[in-house]
Amino acid sequence: MSPIWIVILPFAGSLCAAFLPSHARNAAVWLAGAVAVACVTLTFQLYPQVASEGVVRAVLPWVPELGLDFTFRVDGFAWLFAMLVSVMGALVILYARYYMAAQDPVPRFFAFFLAFMGAMLGVVLSGNLIQLVVFWELTSLTSFMLIAYWYHRVDARRGARMALTVTAAGGLCLLAGMLILGHIVGSYDLDVVLASGDLIRADVWYLPALVLVALGALTKSAQFPFHFWLPHAMAAPTPVSVYLHSATMVKAGVFLLVRLWPVLAGTQAWFWIIGTSGLITLVLGAYAAIFQRDMKGVLAYSTISHLGLITLLLGLNSSLALIAAIFHIMNHATFKASLFMAAGMVDHETGTRDLTRLSGLYRAMPITATLAMVAAASMAGVPLLNGFLSKEMFFAETMFVSGHAVTRIGLPVLAVIWGIFSVAYSLRFILQVFFGPPAQDLPRKPHEPPRWMLLPSALLVLACLVVGMFPAATMGPFLDTAARSVLGAYMPSYSLAVWHGLNLPLVMSLVAMVVGTGLYLALGKYQQGAAVVPLINRFDGRRLFEFTIQKLDGVAAWLMRWLSTERLQVQLLLLICAVFAIALIPLHKGLPAGNMAGSAFQPAFALLWLVGAACAIGAATQAKYHRLAALSLAGGAGLATAMTFVWFSAPDLALTQLVVEVVTVVLILLGLRWLPPRYAWIDDALDSFGARVRARSRRLRDLALASIAGASLAMLSYAVLTRQAGKGISHFFIENSLPLGGGSNVINVILVDFRGFDTLGEITVVGIVALTVFALLRRFRPAPESMEPPQQQREQDAQTGIAAPDPHAPLPPGPMMVPGTLVQLLLPVAGMVSVFFLLRGHNEPGGGFVGGLIMATAIILQYLVGGTAWAESRTRIRPHYWIGAGLLCAAGAGLSAWVATRPFLSALAWHGTLPVIGELHLSTVLLFDLGVYFLVIGSTVLILVALAHQSLRAHRKSAAQARPEAATVSVAALPAQAGPEA
Amino acid sequence: MEIVYALAIGVLTGSGVWLLLRPRTFQVIIGFSLLSYAVNLFIFGMGRLAVHLPPIIATLDPDPSLFDDPVPQALVLTAIVISFATTALFLVVLLASRGLTGTDHVDGEEEPEP
Repeated sequence: MSPIWIVILPFAGSLCAAFLPSHARNAAVWLAGAVAVACVTLTFQLYPQVASEGVVRAVLPWVPELGLDFTFRVDGFAWLFAMLVSVMGALVILYARYYMAAQDPVPRFFAFFLAFMGAMLGVVLSGNLIQLVVFWELTSLTSFMLIAYWYHRVDARRGARMALTVTAAGGLCLLAGMLILGHIVGSYDLDVVLASGDLIRADVWYLPALVLVALGALTKSAQFPFHFWLPHAMAAPTPVSVYLHSATMVKAGVFLLVRLWPVLAGTQAWFWIIGTSGLITLVLGAYAAIFQRDMKGVLAYSTISHLGLITLLLGLNSSLALIAAIFHIMNHATFKASLFMAAGMVDHETGTRDLTRLSGLYRAMPITATLAMVAAASMAGVPLLNGFLSKEMFFAETMFVSGHAVTRIGLPVLAVIWGIFSVAYSLRFILQVFFGPPAQDLPRKPHEPPRWMLLPSALLVLACLVVGMFPAATMGPFLDTAARSVLGAYMPSYSLAVWHGLNLPLVMSLVAMVVGTGLYLALGKYQQGAAVVPLINRFDGRRLFEFTIQKLDGVAAWLMRWLSTERLQVQLLLLICAVFAIALIPLHKGLPAGNMAGSAFQPAFALLWLVGAACAIGAATQAKYHRLAALSLAGGAGLATAMTFVWFSAPDLALTQLVVEVVTVVLILLGLRWLPPRYAWIDDALDSFGARVRARSRRLRDLALASIAGASLAMLSYAVLTRQAGKGISHFFIENSLPLGGGSNVINVILVDFRGFDTLGEITVVGIVALTVFALLRRFRPAPESMEPPQQQREQDAQTGIAAPDPHAPLPPGPMMVPGTLVQLLLPVAGMVSVFFLLRGHNEPGGGFVGGLIMATAIILQYLVGGTAWAESRTRIRPHYWIGAGLLCAAGAGLSAWVATRPFLSALAWHGTLPVIGELHLSTVLLFDLGVYFLVIGSTVLILVALAHQSLRAHRKSAAQARPEAATVSVAALPAQAGPEA
Repeated sequence: MEIVYALAIGVLTGSGVWLLLRPRTFQVIIGFSLLSYAVNLFIFGMGRLAVHLPPIIATLDPDPSLFDDPVPQALVLTAIVISFATTALFLVVLLASRGLTGTDHVDGEEEPEP
């Protein structure tokens, strides 16, 4: 089986778990357990291949054109880590089954859990640097979700946010580092990168790459100075702490350091950056662990300290230290996970994790206590346990460090001090919780947890014992394969044995144990009430973090105040100036007119634009006080534009422009009703002298800007129009429109065939706009003063009396009767014309857009002439359905190409002869254009009708105020259909 | 002819920009309309001006120099439809803002006295 499945399975499981009902606790556990066991099996059976061949690769092509593939690569080290992730996953799932309360939404937990597992396996098995970073960030995201699982708790939300901020920011640094590495090597493939160690170390970009990668790894593994997020992440449910924050995720950082060890290590910079961070973390973490009150807090700082140990080992630039580091990654995972499980069980059974309250639990929970004691002994480095072995290897390594006397002596001394602290906090953890007089004031009466909950912890403790006693027989071969895959030819000889004789490391261990026990006894009294860490309590990473975030917020707000404005006019002014300035960069030397002979001067065309320009300027001057006039004038300019399209060989554009113009004018006309009245004499009377001066100067400025913009665009256009056009891509469309597209109207063939995907996107946008308009207008509340019927209507009503329109009259009453008749007759004709334009579109000017807009215009005419109530009493238009049908048609036409195993939106054509009808050419392109047609009708009608209904609402309201009883009748008489008011 | 065409673009742009900078929403919507005419004409002009050469072909082996450039036309066709949709959306936002804020100023409030 391919290693790809190891990564895919958990994600698939996560998706399934997400869809389970929130009380399906056992189903979720079975699902997650099955996935984890499958991952363990799949990984395990790869071992013979990994051991014999070295590297197993699997490539899943993604975008081969860009050189992007999903590459999965299993070597000895990745295999060992994948085993760690999947085995731990399986154990924690079993543990979580009993830990999580019945009222927690357990499937959600397992959905995130499995997603994390998949992401972690993805990090471990990635054979490509970028892909690794993607999975890396996924682990940060899923860990955020898991820490904030109990999101009703403030500490969980805060801890999750802090963890995400720190680790995701580190991930971004890592991405930058990986990009530099890929740039140096010329490939992102891990195999290629690993083979280019000398090239990378010699490059000038080595140091930046190292710093960025280190930032990624140190944040993830909670190393100084980024260690502060880990204790706050303990707000997560304990299974999450077991899995993410002791066994796997925090190990991702050291995993990466091991992974890139062959290419980045071996330099002074590596020694100082990685080694120093590891050393400080090692000592500080152990020191802080002594003074924690929370059981999980002790374990969190202990984890930080042990991760520091691994980091320090990696920083020592020694291959033996690397082997010790890999060994300790495994050992730490076993004893620390087991201890976290014990802490969770104590919390679960007693209701508290407070060390000052817990005492004498041995009597109530003997098995838990025994397991915790063995694991804690391993943590403290007691012989015959696995923690002892890697600790001895660490002590031995600290003595081989060469260099300055300070490092040569300082490092072993600090190692012993670390050992003393470790013994002290391990002792305290056990003695405080399990021994002494039984605690009296516990929230719950403690007893042994269920047997199945103990099982994962027991298995881990068993592993501690077996590995601790027979290291060479159990871990030996796996460790060897893993180290060999990293070190290759530089594999040193080493021996995994419990007894190496009486040597210096053993003496160091003994000193640590004795002094550590003494330290525990000496601190005994002090620790009882201690909640603060002496000496370093003031250097709280969390406070620094929150301070930084707060400052950043402040700076951002300050920048917003100075660099941004809420005033639209200022924004637009700046935007226009910016566009002008950008256009000036290439054009500042001037662009002389070209010398291509223009087309002959036509007085009619000049006259057309004389009118057009007058319309445009008129619209500009009238838009404030004479809206109707401005709208008509703008429409005039639009007509001139449409005629220009006709003039210069663009009949399709002219048709579209013309119908769009009609619809736009109707649309804005419907909106005019709701704008506030504005009279020049009132404005003038209200404004003070100063305001008038300011307004005048602003207008002068805008006038200048508008003139400059207009003049420059005119000059630019003229300069372009008098030049020979470059050889673009147009000839392709003209030459292939008929042979490939089967239509002689090139524009239509481009829209529905060559660039059909663009059109599909475009009609989707139009449909979304229509629905947005509909949604906005549903909640529309017109301003109170525009609720009154307009003055003219009031005058008319005063003459004829208020008459609610009768929706059942065959024709609209009064003066609209004749137009009503005409418009009714027009509807079928317009329908036929619109279908005509739709069908001829492929070969002659026309198409779905034009046809749809013609039909929509005919429909809206019914509304305009007859009134909304009258029109809706006899037409049953459901614009939503039209939009949906249109999208389905267009997308279906695209999908139909898949039936013929061609790419999406390829046209399928059928040409043949039918009896009676004769020769016939059918193509999916027509179906696509039909989709456009439906959608345009639906969207346009939906927008217009939604606006028209606002008048109806106002009318009904005023009628209701005048004659309440009549209004209820008229409302009841309305057809119960899904109108825009529904 | 080119000079008339260029001047037309200039006048439409000038009027459009002037209106975009005005404070009332209705002015901005009309300005937006005028500016989109100008931009559409500008893009269309990139294919150069040709009279009586619509890109509707009759033969299987056409000579591209005998037809107007279809690419800007296709682009402008799309632009016309999208600008219609934008105008509709803008109009409704304008109306909703007027209903909510009680003013037709583009900022939703009358400019404060300095």
